[in-house]
Amino acid sequence: MTDMPDTTLTSDPSYHEPSAGESDDAVGYYVPGDPIIDAKAPDGPIDERWSTRKFEARLVNPANRRKLSIIIVGTGLAGASAAATLGEAGYVVKSFCYQDSPRRAHSIAAQGGINAAKNYKEDGDSVHRLFYDTVKGGDYRSRESNVYRLAEVSTNIIDQCVAQGVPFAREYGGLLDNRSFGGVQVSRTFYARGQTGQQLLIGAYQALERQVHAGTVTTYTRHEMLELIVVDGKARGIIARDMVTGAIETHLADVVVLASGGYGNVFYLSTNAMGSNVTASWRAHRKGAYMANPCYTQIHPTCIPVSGAHQSKLTLMSESLRNDGRIWVPKKKEDCAKDPRDIPEADRDYYLERIYPSFGNLVPRDIASRAAKYQCDDGRGVGPEVEGVRRGVYLDFADAIARLGREAVEEKYGNLFDMYARITGEDPYVVPMRIYPAVHYVMGGLWVDYDLQSTIPGLFVTGEANFSDHGANRLGASALMQGLADGYFVLPHTIRDYLADGPFETVAEDHPAVVEARTAVEKRIEHFLTVNGTRSVDSYHRELGNIMWEYCGMERTEDGLRKAIDLIRTLRDDFHRNVKVLGSADSLNQSLEKAGRVADFLELGELMCIDALNRRESCGGHFRAESQTEDGEALRHDDLYAYVAAWEYAGDPDSDAMGAPVLHKEDLVYTAIEMKQRSYK
Amino acid sequence: MKVTLKIWRQPDAASDGAMHTYEVDDVSEDMSFLEMLDVLNEQLNARDEEPIAFDSDCREGICGMCGLMINGEPHGPEVTTTCQLHMRSFKDGDEIVIEPWRADAFPVVKDLCVDRGAFDRIIQQGGYISVNTGAAPEAHSIQVPKEAADRAFDVATCIGCGACVAACPNGSASLFMGAKITHLGELPQGQAERDTRVVSMVAQHDHEGFGGCTNIGECTAACPKEIPLDVISQLNKDLRTALQHGH
Ligand SMILES: Cc1cc2nc3c(=O)[nH]c(=O)nc-3n(C[C@H](O)[C@H](O)[C@H](O)COP(=O)(O)OP(=O)(O)OC[C@H]3O[C@@H](n4cnc5c(N)ncnc54)[C@H](O)[C@@H]3O)c2cc1C
Ligand code: SF4
Ligand code: FES
Repeated sequence: MTDMPDTTLTSDPSYHEPSAGESDDAVGYYVPGDPIIDAKAPDGPIDERWSTRKFEARLVNPANRRKLSIIIVGTGLAGASAAATLGEAGYVVKSFCYQDSPRRAHSIAAQGGINAAKNYKEDGDSVHRLFYDTVKGGDYRSRESNVYRLAEVSTNIIDQCVAQGVPFAREYGGLLDNRSFGGVQVSRTFYARGQTGQQLLIGAYQALERQVHAGTVTTYTRHEMLELIVVDGKARGIIARDMVTGAIETHLADVVVLASGGYGNVFYLSTNAMGSNVTASWRAHRKGAYMANPCYTQIHPTCIPVSGAHQSKLTLMSESLRNDGRIWVPKKKEDCAKDPRDIPEADRDYYLERIYPSFGNLVPRDIASRAAKYQCDDGRGVGPEVEGVRRGVYLDFADAIARLGREAVEEKYGNLFDMYARITGEDPYVVPMRIYPAVHYVMGGLWVDYDLQSTIPGLFVTGEANFSDHGANRLGASALMQGLADGYFVLPHTIRDYLADGPFETVAEDHPAVVEARTAVEKRIEHFLTVNGTRSVDSYHRELGNIMWEYCGMERTEDGLRKAIDLIRTLRDDFHRNVKVLGSADSLNQSLEKAGRVADFLELGELMCIDALNRRESCGGHFRAESQTEDGEALRHDDLYAYVAAWEYAGDPDSDAMGAPVLHKEDLVYTAIEMKQRSYK
Repeated sequence: MKVTLKIWRQPDAASDGAMHTYEVDDVSEDMSFLEMLDVLNEQLNARDEEPIAFDSDCREGICGMCGLMINGEPHGPEVTTTCQLHMRSFKDGDEIVIEPWRADAFPVVKDLCVDRGAFDRIIQQGGYISVNTGAAPEAHSIQVPKEAADRAFDVATCIGCGACVAACPNGSASLFMGAKITHLGELPQGQAERDTRVVSMVAQHDHEGFGGCTNIGECTAACPKEIPLDVISQLNKDLRTALQHGH
């Protein structure tokens, strides 16, 4: 073990005495800060705010654009679309991703579809209804101006993608097909079989590569951003590691965009890609960008259950399956080990249809997930026993196959069924699928204003990495919409207002702030390689994931969260003293990459628990056991918690250890919609 | 079950590589192939041997990041990606040879990781429809017959993994390229650039050091997305047409 020049080691952050007015569960874990008064959305009627902002955002003369440079970290829907669009506009763009090609960003894995208020089905959809559904789905914890804008630009996205050649599903007449998805009652979801994310990303990737050819965008693949460069209070570049040669590179620019995706992998097992991480966001957070609502996590009800300790990730079965599949468990515990086909209809409990007769199997994700957990906790789960409990429920297509025919089911869901069969060795056309909830998406992320700018001037954040549009819960098919809305249609307008202040002073590579950022990265890498402990990075990651899943997962309690914070601190401590990372800094070293990511997850996990502890209410994906109705449904407290919790990092400047974070509240004010308790009964 | 692995190890592009033998016990049939390698890597780490570098990301068969030569077959014995291959396809006592993709245009980066940047450079030469953001007409102004839309979709499912190249005795990327040419060529939106696209992409393909297609068909057999061989006929046809048009 070595001295830790730059670690994050602390079991004992500087607690403060609670002041009057602080009465929540997290007292002592944080410091109250000033409220956020202005998120910079224009005033006026909600349907005019975006036009107003676009008009007021200053323009940049085309001749000046090629003198202005933009770094974009991430090539998913949010990053690739932005890079392509800003390249087309004539800016100098540098685009980064950790995979070996921009086309492999995690957006590629999205299955179900993308929403847009086209109202092609004449079923009563409209921009206002998509806005309404999204705010309601987010349980009134999102910023209404942002959501309205999202609904407004949603229609442009479909036009853009079709023009690019995205092969959406079509009807026989040659027009686009839609389906209803994830708890809404209109058909507004556009899809490309079960591979919508892939097709949308390929579209954005091709647009990006077109700009590479045009010379406006340069791509840096197998490059990982490890630090943000902040000069005179403004984001001016990043430090990245070339993951093949190990070279630590300085990249400077006039503005930095993070489109680095979500941090669901803090739970170790999730539906995210293996490399999905929080490092880009967390490094920015440590440099002053607030992290908003980090505890808002979406747990997706339809994933393939864990099969054993070797499990490295979880696989999502698209939620569109809930349109035709029926979810049930045996009524009797003694039936749980039986072949489901031998359990008569009368002995099956279609519990979602029973409890939520009007929405049935299409209740929102959080409700479906918790309901599954309760059935399994109650001893009525199915599938193999893992650690003494059967964690699975049936998703049965027998009725759908009888009604529509096998061919129709195959046409709709064929690739998902194949994937299921491949992973489990069971044929879902014959035996009901088994599913169980898994971490899927994070609504929390870096705080941004209406312009998608973080609290660090010149640092913009798009896609899943920001917190802005989904409140406490995201509707199905809305993340793809948000990523592309941000990248194609929002950021290009708002970023120009910032760039209109250019040209900016050149930053020298030997500027003290640049040197400091670079040195910090080098020291951290050296630290990981010299601890020389006994435990692998993965073993820490898995343990952290267990803590998060147990205490900061589907159901959260005051005691559990306090316990989790202690456990995480101890684990983090141990990690920095006892992790074992072999290999060298100057070549491809996957253990080293993982060590950096897990170190940041170990800090993020604590903040998520503090955020969850602070919010003693149940809203969207955040369910506090202390806040429920008599019949066990989530209970919001709009009087106390109708705010965005934006956390400021407050590390100990001497040791670089985490301190008690500062909480800034942004009140949520709704003018165009009335706050209601959700009810899906 | 227990398996014996013979794995290619190579410190970096400049160094020579060699096969190394490892044994893994307690392999469960529910493990994916890559989870089995994760288990091996944990064991190597525990005994102070550097873990084996291999690529993967989504582990869902869609990102195209994974890709290993398993017993001489790209992605192994099943028609799927390496990450979706499960150990139930093997049996106790099996010896499994694992190598990186072998192709001149895909240099080895380390151990089992290769550089597939050539694919991106082929796409840069016209593997797109030129439409700036905001310039698109209303989506329903473009009608696409369902048949064409379905065919475009089927071939657009290519994940860019490179198995077709690894399978081909000539190291040709014709299947990959044909898939893109067919995807965009099936759609009305893709017509304007149809000629220039195929000419530029083929030129880049040859420039990268991929070999020519001699219709062997190993590519299709290895393709996890079952991209059909006729996309190569389409590619050749489009190329001929373009040349006739004087491109
Ligand atoms: C299995 C699955 C299915 C889904 N299905 C749907 C669906 O049907 N509909 C829907 O709307 N949403 C769906 N989602 C959610 C949606 O896919 C994501 O929220 C969205 O794609 C995120 O896009 P993004 O561009 O923000 O980030 P990502 O696509 O995750 O891209 C992140 C990018 O950042 C890069 N990056 C990250 N960290 C660094 C770093 N430190 N240095 C350099 N580069 C970095 C990565 O290389 C990558 O290019 C699904 C998600 C999953 C996991
Ligand atoms: S054509 Fe098939 S084998 Fe070749 S890159 Fe595409 S998916 Fe992989
Ligand atoms: S890891 Fe993504 S396809 Fe295998």
